[in-house]
Amino acid sequence: MPEPIRTILEKHSREPDELIPILQDVQKEYGYISAESVKGISKYLRISENTIYGVSSFYAQFRFTEPGRHSVKVCLGTACHVRGGATLLEMLERGLGVHCGETTEDKRFGLERVACLGCCALSPVVQIDKEIFSRMTVNRLTEQLKEYE
Amino acid sequence: MNKLKKKINLAKKKWEEFVDNREPIIYVGAASCGRAAGALDLLSDINRFIEESKVKAKVVEVGCIGPCYLEPLIDVKMPGEPRVSYNNVTAKTLQNILKAHFQEGIPFARAAIGHFGSDSYHGIPRFYDLPMLKPQVRIVLRNCGLINPEDIDQYLAVDGYQGLMKALQMSPDDVIGVVRQAGLRGRGGAGFPTFKKWTVCRNAPGEQKYLICNADEGDPGAFMNRSLIESDPHAVLEGMLIAAYAIGASKGIIYIRAEYPLAIERLKTAIAQMREYGLLGTKILGSNFSFDIKIKEGAGAFVCGEETALIGSIEGKRGMPKSRPPFPAISGLHGCPTIINNVESLGTLPNILRNGAEWYTKYGKEGNRGTKTFSLVGKIRRPGLIEVQLGTPLREIIFDIGGGVQKTFKAIQTGGPSGGCLSEEFLDLPVDYESLASVGSIMGSGGLIVMDEDTCIVDVAKYFLDFTQKESCGKCVPCRVGTRHMVELLDKITHGEGTPDDLLSLRTLGDTIKKGALCGLGQTAPNPVLTTLRYFRNEYLEHIKDQRCRATVCKDLIEYRVIKEKCTGCQSCVRVCPTGAITGPRSEPHNLDVTKCIKCRSCYEICRFDAIAGDAIVIRTAEKKS
Ligand SMILES: Cc1cc2nc3c(=O)[nH]c(=O)nc-3n(C[C@H](O)[C@H](O)[C@H](O)COP(=O)(O)O)c2cc1C
Ligand code: SF4
Ligand code: SF4
Ligand code: FES
Ligand code: FES
Repeated sequence: MPEPIRTILEKHSREPDELIPILQDVQKEYGYISAESVKGISKYLRISENTIYGVSSFYAQFRFTEPGRHSVKVCLGTACHVRGGATLLEMLERGLGVHCGETTEDKRFGLERVACLGCCALSPVVQIDKEIFSRMTVNRLTEQLKEYE
Repeated sequence: MNKLKKKINLAKKKWEEFVDNREPIIYVGAASCGRAAGALDLLSDINRFIEESKVKAKVVEVGCIGPCYLEPLIDVKMPGEPRVSYNNVTAKTLQNILKAHFQEGIPFARAAIGHFGSDSYHGIPRFYDLPMLKPQVRIVLRNCGLINPEDIDQYLAVDGYQGLMKALQMSPDDVIGVVRQAGLRGRGGAGFPTFKKWTVCRNAPGEQKYLICNADEGDPGAFMNRSLIESDPHAVLEGMLIAAYAIGASKGIIYIRAEYPLAIERLKTAIAQMREYGLLGTKILGSNFSFDIKIKEGAGAFVCGEETALIGSIEGKRGMPKSRPPFPAISGLHGCPTIINNVESLGTLPNILRNGAEWYTKYGKEGNRGTKTFSLVGKIRRPGLIEVQLGTPLREIIFDIGGGVQKTFKAIQTGGPSGGCLSEEFLDLPVDYESLASVGSIMGSGGLIVMDEDTCIVDVAKYFLDFTQKESCGKCVPCRVGTRHMVELLDKITHGEGTPDDLLSLRTLGDTIKKGALCGLGQTAPNPVLTTLRYFRNEYLEHIKDQRCRATVCKDLIEYRVIKEKCTGCQSCVRVCPTGAITGPRSEPHNLDVTKCIKCRSCYEICRFDAIAGDAIVIRTAEKKS
């Protein structure tokens, strides 16, 4: 087992309740849940790999492919929708040449949607990595993306 | 309890010194909204200013005071002067503000929005007299934006944990009695009387009982719970202690969305402080009451806001609702009696216990006591977080507090994806649980989305149905298949391919889903469609009969054009067009190639704001096909 996943596992008890928190920690560390991580978790919690896939695929948060270097999340909550969030997403899909949920070929950006970042008063909102940008426009977004390698 | 009393006395002294500040204090609104608006950059500018000009000042990060549209908000309080609040602060105004206060000894009145003193001050209005604030009654939000959410002493100094101390001196049954008398109803959506659930749980057999704080805040477009936790975490935690004591729970869990990292951080800090102060653990404050709290992050599923799904998710399973009974209050987490309460319900409890039930019933009206927080967003002039008495008419919320709509009011959605869309004729409806239900909507958790003439009602209905369809857990056929059918029909209509029969099908499907769904998600999912069909039927018919979208939102039904007579050839639109659809030499009317246009609206927006070109680009709704 690779070192980091062992350290993650050892922080949790071996109860089924810990499955989701473990998956969350693994994703925080690696950015996604690899087949190997699932194997490790399965042994540790004594839960079948199938069950782990069943549970993790139920939740929107978990991803199973390697993410891009930067994550771009467009908010499509209601407040952002009525203020043009969907147009921002369409623009990005076109500009980056990927669909929502995919990663650009050069692995620079991963594009995702999110159901509300809680900054609805400043909609539309886009999150790039950890930073949230408010009152976004197509043009500001295009400019902003240039700052990322 | 004596130990805490000592700490409180110390905290009060510290607070008095803090309020009668001998050193200037600079407050930075650093909740999520403030940060998104750039508060952290200002924070480092402030620190640089302090260092470079060698002045003494304390910098405090506070939470959300409510008018989020004014973010970034910076307040300055000089010794002996009232606290002055500045809105939409830029790096440049910040320098002027700091110079005015620290070098000239006066406020920078031109950029100030309000002050917190009692008298008039340099022509600046009182903050609480601002039209957005004046009609509000702030009980749950009383500390938000005023105290430092990372300092338990500040919470103690403003009578924090007094409610808990009162509760611990009563019997659990008496605590339930107070909550009953106060008439508190659950703020998470359904408005179920809190004391009733509690009584069931209290009387349920079982050694181990759980209290869960529902901070999943699944309504997309609502942030009341996030704001409260970020701005006053101890209020929610104190509420958890009171609830746990009343129902006899020794373990507590906060189930919170992973999309709220700052709120999670603030809770962790607050919980560590509680431990240090003997407010968690065994024999809390010398009583026989023991309690501890764990945080569980949600994993992004709307249905997990539902009680049984939430419990499943905590147990590490797929978050699918179960049929009830048994109710969680009797058999919940790991089969133990469990109470799930919303963040705001819990945040209200310390106030009720501290001031008494009678005080609380002064607010609101019979059957709908107290206040409710709302996140007021969408096409409103003053979006933000507000708190009003239950029973306040929609008109007062939208026009007096929210400052009205940017263009012409069209609709307001209450209750998020489970709620309804109400038209102008309902503006005088009082906002209480029963009134909203009587017109086909719900109170929900407090999301209010205002729409104007630029919002297409059919598009909004499709948006909500698409959301619930994607979030349906798939367990019941009516919910899983029915919502998909509804989305397909709505999609057809927005493409101008609908028929009048589709409207009938939508209604029938809606009624079927409502009756056949197991959980609240399915039971309420059709509400946005059913209400819009009722109150905005004409807009559906226009899409169907005339292939016309009057809000110019449905892309298949509109076309962008340049009006040659008006276009001055300023080229602003050429620069913003992402597909190169607009061409033309400078100073000559431009061409717009409709085959390249993706209808992103960028040219329209930029042209409208350009004084010279004004209105040269128009959106035409498609001509009637015959
Ligand atoms: C699909 C669905 C989503 C829900 N989402 C939330 C939520 O995000 N937050 C919340 O407090 N309650 C939510 N509820 C309501 C809860 O199930 C529950 O009734 C509430 O947390 C009880 O707390 P209260 O009595 O204090 O209101 C949701 C219900 C359903 C059916
Ligand atoms: S109504 Fe929908 S979300 Fe609720 S249990 Fe049934 S399928 Fe799942
Ligand atoms: S709507 Fe967008 S794509 Fe179409 S012409 Fe205008 S800027 Fe270009
Ligand atoms: S709807 Fe986008 S931040 Fe809430
Ligand atoms: S986040 Fe600061 S006022 Fe709302």
